[in-house]
Amino acid sequence: MLDADFFRRWMTVTTASVNREAERLTALDSPIGDADHGSNLQRGFRAVAATLEKEAPQTPGAVLTLAGRQLISTVGGASGPLYGTLLRRTGKALGDGAEVSESEFAEALRAGVDAVMTLGGAAPGDKTMIDALVPAVDALADGFGAARTAAEQGALATTPLQARKGRASYLGERSIGHQDPGATSSALLVAALAEANGE
Amino acid sequence: MKMLINVAETVVADALRGMAAAHPELAVDVENRVIVRRDAPVAGKVALISGGGSGHEPLHGGFVGPGMLSAACPGEVFTSPVPDQMLRAAAAVNSGEGVLFIVKNYTGDVLNFDMAAELAEDEGIQVAKVLVNDDVAVTDSLYTAGRRGTGATLFVEKIAGAAADEGQPLERVESIGRQVNENSRSFGVALTACTTPAKGSPTFDLPPGELELGIGIHGEPGRERRAMMTSGEIADFAVNAILEDMPPRNPVLVLVNGMGATPLLELYGFNAEVQRVLTERGVAVARTLVGNYVTSLDMAGASVTLCQVDEELLRLWDAPVRTPGLRWGM
Repeated sequence: MLDADFFRRWMTVTTASVNREAERLTALDSPIGDADHGSNLQRGFRAVAATLEKEAPQTPGAVLTLAGRQLISTVGGASGPLYGTLLRRTGKALGDGAEVSESEFAEALRAGVDAVMTLGGAAPGDKTMIDALVPAVDALADGFGAARTAAEQGALATTPLQARKGRASYLGERSIGHQDPGATSSALLVAALAEANGE
Repeated sequence: MKMLINVAETVVADALRGMAAAHPELAVDVENRVIVRRDAPVAGKVALISGGGSGHEPLHGGFVGPGMLSAACPGEVFTSPVPDQMLRAAAAVNSGEGVLFIVKNYTGDVLNFDMAAELAEDEGIQVAKVLVNDDVAVTDSLYTAGRRGTGATLFVEKIAGAAADEGQPLERVESIGRQVNENSRSFGVALTACTTPAKGSPTFDLPPGELELGIGIHGEPGRERRAMMTSGEIADFAVNAILEDMPPRNPVLVLVNGMGATPLLELYGFNAEVQRVLTERGVAVARTLVGNYVTSLDMAGASVTLCQVDEELLRLWDAPVRTPGLRWGM
């Protein structure tokens, strides 16, 4: 069973990962973007960490909804609404319980990912965060470690794709050969799940 | 890379403080990142709000004032502002006649402004929206994020702003804004990339002797890279790209826009070439504007925007405006 502490840990680990990888995310966002992905997420997750500390939400659902709302208010760009919606929608699907099962969480995260696809209009293969998130959600039944591997592989697999969404899509064929920054940060988020679970 | 900053983290806040000091006619909320004309809300008038990433100055904060925007929402550099900003702006400027959001067609801008519109409507503020997507370099298809909003944003903000100023209702102001967008096309070229404060180095690698064709305004690479061209050759390429996409039936407003680092000397010379091509192609020019209006930090380069106008749009373009970035008639 996963409690509020676990989800707070998930957010704390994600914040640390984003801080550690911010330069790399920005570097990925340069050839096919506008070089701000790392700093945007860093700013957003720092604000999430601060707000979780201050508000001390008591349930898994409350942790994620608050985190999502904070991302929307802080990150900006496309990442703010997309990541914000991912966490908010997942949080809403988790309901009010003090703890949730791993399978309840898997279902909720799928709802969150579906909401992101609806909001952003991306499908797998468009070279976006979805290319890491969908494989992760599909693999969650086999555990957090499996989800992490699937997300990381999904992010790597974006390299040969031509972008059909977001800023990278303006580049057409020139987006091929570069790993997508959004998929990369999504893989960090999923990996943080495993790390928060001690894996 | 040397920049006239203190530290990257405070660039936007520092700029807002500087704007506030330079322009007492603007109410600049540095903490909440909203720039509002001091006389807002203006009774009986529709209010215009726009915004986007910082780094394009004078767009958008420099266009707040009578005859143009009621408020502007600056995000982090090259990053869309957040819904909280637009919601605060809407509450500050709404006179009861409603608010028009002018939104450049970027995924982030669209998502954040859409969220803000929902929140504003929850608070009883009527919101209409005009999407700006004038850039011809991107194929508008199912397989891209659609055409970018670039130079035409200036035309939409000015012309719709004039319509609002003379008391037109929200539906009409929206319709005029939409008409301006539909009748505008742009094409830009870059001679250098730009450097964002956060990154500290150029956003892409453009070797000497080459230029990027079909750029946007966020320091992303263009559609195509070629060997360096003369001003005349660039004008031929850019203007023809526009005319192929939109052969004008009416006279045009011409915007020759600097990307930020190109001297006015060069921009004026480039304008001479742009005018030459238009004359050769039999396109009548109604008005011309040359300068840095929709920039991309320190990118060297220029964009051309043509907007075909009828009598009414031209009248609205000529109407008085008083903003830091554009001023005539008052």
